[in-house]
Amino acid sequence: MKFLKGTAAGFAMVVGLAASAQAAELTGTLKIFSDMSNPAPRAVMEKMAADFDALHPDLTVELTVIDREAYKTQIRNFLTANAPDVANWYAANRMRPYVSAGLFEDVSDLWGEPAIADNLASTKGAMTLDGKQWGVPYTYYQWGVYYREDIYKDLGLEEPKDWEAFKANCQKILDSGKKCFTIGSKFLWTAGGWFDYLNMRTNGYDFHMALTNGEVEWTDDRVKATFANWRELIDMGAFIDNHQSYSWQEALPFMVNGDAAAYLMGNFAVAPLREAGLGEDQLDFYQFPVINPDVELAEDAPTDTFHIPSGAQNKEAAREFLRYVVSADVQTEINSGDALGQLPVNASSSVDDDEMLNQGFDMLSANSPGGIAQFFDRDAPAEMASVAMEGFQEFMVFPDNLDDILNRLEKTRQRIY
Amino acid sequence: MADTMMPNSDGAPGWIRRNRQALAPFLFLLPGVLFFLFYVIFPILQSFNLSFYRWDGLGEPVYIGAENYIELLDDRAFEVSIWNNLKWLLMYLLAIPAGLAIALFLNQNVVGIRLYKSLFFFPFVISQVVVGLVFSWFYDPTFGLLNQILGFFGLGTLNVLGDPNLVTYGIILAGLWPQTAYCMILYLTGLNAVDPEQVEAARLDGAKGFKMLWYVIIPQLRPATFIAFVVTIIGALRSFDLISIMTNGGPFGSSRVLSFYMFEKALSEYGFRMGYGAAIAVVLFLIMLLFIAYFLWSMYEEEKGGR
Repeated sequence: MKFLKGTAAGFAMVVGLAASAQAAELTGTLKIFSDMSNPAPRAVMEKMAADFDALHPDLTVELTVIDREAYKTQIRNFLTANAPDVANWYAANRMRPYVSAGLFEDVSDLWGEPAIADNLASTKGAMTLDGKQWGVPYTYYQWGVYYREDIYKDLGLEEPKDWEAFKANCQKILDSGKKCFTIGSKFLWTAGGWFDYLNMRTNGYDFHMALTNGEVEWTDDRVKATFANWRELIDMGAFIDNHQSYSWQEALPFMVNGDAAAYLMGNFAVAPLREAGLGEDQLDFYQFPVINPDVELAEDAPTDTFHIPSGAQNKEAAREFLRYVVSADVQTEINSGDALGQLPVNASSSVDDDEMLNQGFDMLSANSPGGIAQFFDRDAPAEMASVAMEGFQEFMVFPDNLDDILNRLEKTRQRIY
Repeated sequence: MADTMMPNSDGAPGWIRRNRQALAPFLFLLPGVLFFLFYVIFPILQSFNLSFYRWDGLGEPVYIGAENYIELLDDRAFEVSIWNNLKWLLMYLLAIPAGLAIALFLNQNVVGIRLYKSLFFFPFVISQVVVGLVFSWFYDPTFGLLNQILGFFGLGTLNVLGDPNLVTYGIILAGLWPQTAYCMILYLTGLNAVDPEQVEAARLDGAKGFKMLWYVIIPQLRPATFIAFVVTIIGALRSFDLISIMTNGGPFGSSRVLSFYMFEKALSEYGFRMGYGAAIAVVLFLIMLLFIAYFLWSMYEEEKGGR
């Protein structure tokens, strides 16, 4: 409808005819399995399916939404036994098991089309394995330091731009009887976020990627330098105590209550923080500061994706759905503040007018020359990630065990790759 | 021709009719045996087989001989899991004396004793998941009741579930709560069957207190003790839900047991090493087999004595 608006009536007829002629080609059913089970994403997915259904009268869209956590194990079953036409998943190495088992369809042809090639260039790397593309992204979000603006103001602190300022800020916060950072490392991955940033700032994006790809030894001096930087924060007492007992949600109250001043997190933490009562002037965002000025800034921005299983029945309709999902208008709509509240993957889309999203978008598009990583547990193979993140947690509690931890990781690396 | 046909066509039903007595029990057993073979024995053999392969659950399994087992020997997480399993086995047995103590205490006739009994039995009825949640709140380092109490006496704080040396004991304690209730109910029914005449006779002989308990009551509770032992051992080896709820195996893997480690390696988000998981399962099965063999043997002995 939006498409027809502002077009001359006669022309609209022609376009309408053309559209219906194209739509007539898509028949049958389109089965979509989705992991967007949280309330807001679910509404987005349901609306997308309904709109696509309305757009193609001869096509029936069947949507099945599966609990996000359960989906992670179920996908293995349905991809082999009862493949849908479209399925959700994640980018980078997380696709690897399905790509090597031949369960995802190669969609490089879609990426060859100008509409996608020109507008989605920034995420192409994350969708590429073995030189081919295996799906399309539909949303991503920035990581960075979310902090209590009012506490920083009270203590006369500014957003730090470099490591020295970062630590000086932290010391002042500690002197005031608060902790610098909240974190809940019970489920390990939050510690992976800290490692990502410290390693990318100390050694740069390329080194970080080489490490997660198993090309560098974990006992390398450059890795040790990363941990030495991390240790400075740990020795200061920058992190909340007993973080190994909390999930990331359970660590939120420390920030809400003002016991901790900041949280290194993904943008999804903003919604619960705001719901817990933090207002516009209490919550703000800054990019993780420079540690080694010789390396370019790089960021974590995990990307969620759509794929076509190789066992799909209606690949024609599935391809059309992927085109639809990444189109500029749909991207603007589904990533807006009252929908997913994240960043659109299409460069021609507009970002919703949200303080955090705007800062994130600027950061990722203008201030991340080094590259964009997915996240530790998506860049590294699953097995390496689980062993390594367990080591990170141990390091945060017992920093003296570092050599032992690194030897263990190195042994695991030699076995996995 | 016709003469030779007759006995032939009659032969099969004749044989069945002749052996009816011997066949009937097997026919009745057949469905059960088939299900047992298909759902228990076959998967066990399959696990043994799988433990010699490398398989991610999607592609083709690759035969790698004993490599999974060799890796196990050198795997620190596996070592930790075995030790924790041992801790579980030993500590969990405390449920038996504790259950007996409560059963003896409750084995009296006062007003409302049924209510007290059911209150004591209550923890066994609620789900393990709830028990795990309740205890993890109890242990919570900032808001938990335990630390409120310790704080009240000025003893500082204790992060039970965050301390690699304490965490397993903390979880076992949570597990003992329902397990004690289970043992208690077994002993309560056992106490009903205690022969009052023997107690009377012992009393005449001057037995009382601990001697009465040790030499007269406990020997009569032998069947209850045996069942309590069996369910407690099995409960200890199956300890999975509490660990999953309370610590997820953490901190840094120090509260894992074999069953949890197997799940992590084979089926969790970062797992899908089916062969390696199967190798862990085989080790766990062999440990269980020791106990199963002992249970079967002692049951067999008992049956023999009973005849």
